[in-house]
Amino acid sequence: MTKSSRRKRFLTGENGFRLPPMVKRREKLIKIKRYWKVETLEEAYELNQKRANRIIGGMVWMKMGEKQFHTAIDLSDVVSSEIVENEEEFIIGAMTTLRDLECHEGIHKYTDGAVKESLRHIVGVQFRNVATVGGSIWGRFGFSDVLTMFLAMDTYVDLYKGGRVSLEAFSKMPYDKDILLNIVVKKNTMSLAYESMRNTKTDFPVLACAASVRPDEVLLSIGARPQKAVIIRANDTVMKIDRSEQEEFARALAVQVKAEISVGSNMRASAEYRRQLAGVLARRAVMKALVADEQKPMVITDTDTLQTKGGEQIC
Amino acid sequence: MLIKMWLNGEPIRDHMDADMLLLDFVRRHGALSVKRGCETANCGLCTVLLEGKPVLSCSILAAKAEGKHVVTLEGVQKEAEEFGTFLANQGAEQCGFCNPGFIMNILAMEKELKDPTEEEINEYLAGNLCRCSGFVGQLRSIQAYLKHKQEVRAHEAE
Ligand SMILES: Cc1cc2nc3c(=O)[nH]c(=O)nc-3n(C[C@H](O)[C@H](O)[C@H](O)COP(=O)(O)OP(=O)(O)OC[C@H]3O[C@@H](n4cnc5c(N)ncnc54)[C@H](O)[C@@H]3O)c2cc1C
Ligand code: FES
Ligand code: FES
Repeated sequence: MTKSSRRKRFLTGENGFRLPPMVKRREKLIKIKRYWKVETLEEAYELNQKRANRIIGGMVWMKMGEKQFHTAIDLSDVVSSEIVENEEEFIIGAMTTLRDLECHEGIHKYTDGAVKESLRHIVGVQFRNVATVGGSIWGRFGFSDVLTMFLAMDTYVDLYKGGRVSLEAFSKMPYDKDILLNIVVKKNTMSLAYESMRNTKTDFPVLACAASVRPDEVLLSIGARPQKAVIIRANDTVMKIDRSEQEEFARALAVQVKAEISVGSNMRASAEYRRQLAGVLARRAVMKALVADEQKPMVITDTDTLQTKGGEQIC
Repeated sequence: MLIKMWLNGEPIRDHMDADMLLLDFVRRHGALSVKRGCETANCGLCTVLLEGKPVLSCSILAAKAEGKHVVTLEGVQKEAEEFGTFLANQGAEQCGFCNPGFIMNILAMEKELKDPTEEEINEYLAGNLCRCSGFVGQLRSIQAYLKHKQEVRAHEAE
């Protein structure tokens, strides 16, 4: 064998020659045979029924987890990437990026800044310009700030075949082959706040908590337990406390949360630490939401009070 | 598959695999400033502008840039050089590996945020990691650069 053919065989790894790691060709993180921008939802749905095909949102998450699939189904032309606001609701297209959601003035105002707070810690601006709201909600990830935040609001998802379903029900549904079209947030009267704890900036949250103070109930959505977010509603004992006694109310709710919450351990934190943290974040988030609530007009006589300017960007 | 896009203002038509990342595509077309750091969407080294917005080219398929404008450091040489002077003046640059992504994001921030506070700057750049510096020199250089730009704008307005 000549020197050059031995070298070629060495470099290409042919005939049992093992390449040392330095020379080995870099493996693609994700392998896709075909990229397909669909023209109709039905086309997307049909393609998605095949096991080898996948719908892609921003594809940031899939790139980390999936090894290979056949067709990447791009919904850009058939699913909205915009946020529409009307008197009753926000309709957020599933292809909307996390950054566009974070910067939407109407949502920012309606949620007392809570949505921005829930998103601003997710990696970086360049990341949030790619990752989509649809991918985040469809994924129903345990660590998800996005799911935790939306569960605290009166949120629904529009599914192509499944129709409109409450997000709480959707979060418990098994994964199927439907298509998520919109995330719909009803503009009910409520004050919101969001709190999370991370071991280091931009890491996944150790625990996340969104509080929603409504005229007739107070609830918390707690995520990254590390299992997916769950809702805890303030019980009768807590609700009997006058809400103007903010500290007392928040402390009582924190006690309830610590007693009720189901938490687990992972590399980021132990279950016991999370339980303590749940009490702390619950208290802080409810305090913030109660303060926001106090600053709002007592009685809403005009639906316009709930109207926000919307459409404009705050970033 | 065939793809058409603009890279630093130049129209490009090329055949590529469906799973080619934007990072590999722009490098194939000479934009070697764009580097692969973590490839897990964490370090920001691969930042490019897609339709004016900073995105991670390691985490987006080139196919998604079909018909769009992509800008890399090669396309903003003048602005990059100008900011580079501020980095050098503050001794903020060490190995310099993080610079391409960092500078792209700073230029995007300058367009997006008006008069950002220190907290807003830190937040905007949270996705750009530098393993050499403690970010302090970089922050000083950004603040000096933004102040300079403001003065230039004020001067022009007079
Ligand atoms: C390094 C890293 C750090 C992260 N940190 C955080 C964090 O701190 N907090 C947090 O909340 N999130 C975090 N995330 C998750 C991120 O915010 C997004 O939720 C995630 O990337 C999914 O969005 P995507 O657009 O990339 O979805 P994709 O990866 O494209 O899709 C995710 C899943 O949803 C499916 N899908 C997408 N769109 C639709 C649709 N319209 N209909 C049906 N199915 C659909 C896909 O088939 C896939 O199964 C992180 C992700 C990464 C990679
Ligand atoms: S290489 Fe893209 S974020 Fe690190
Ligand atoms: S200067 Fe070395 S990585 Fe930033």
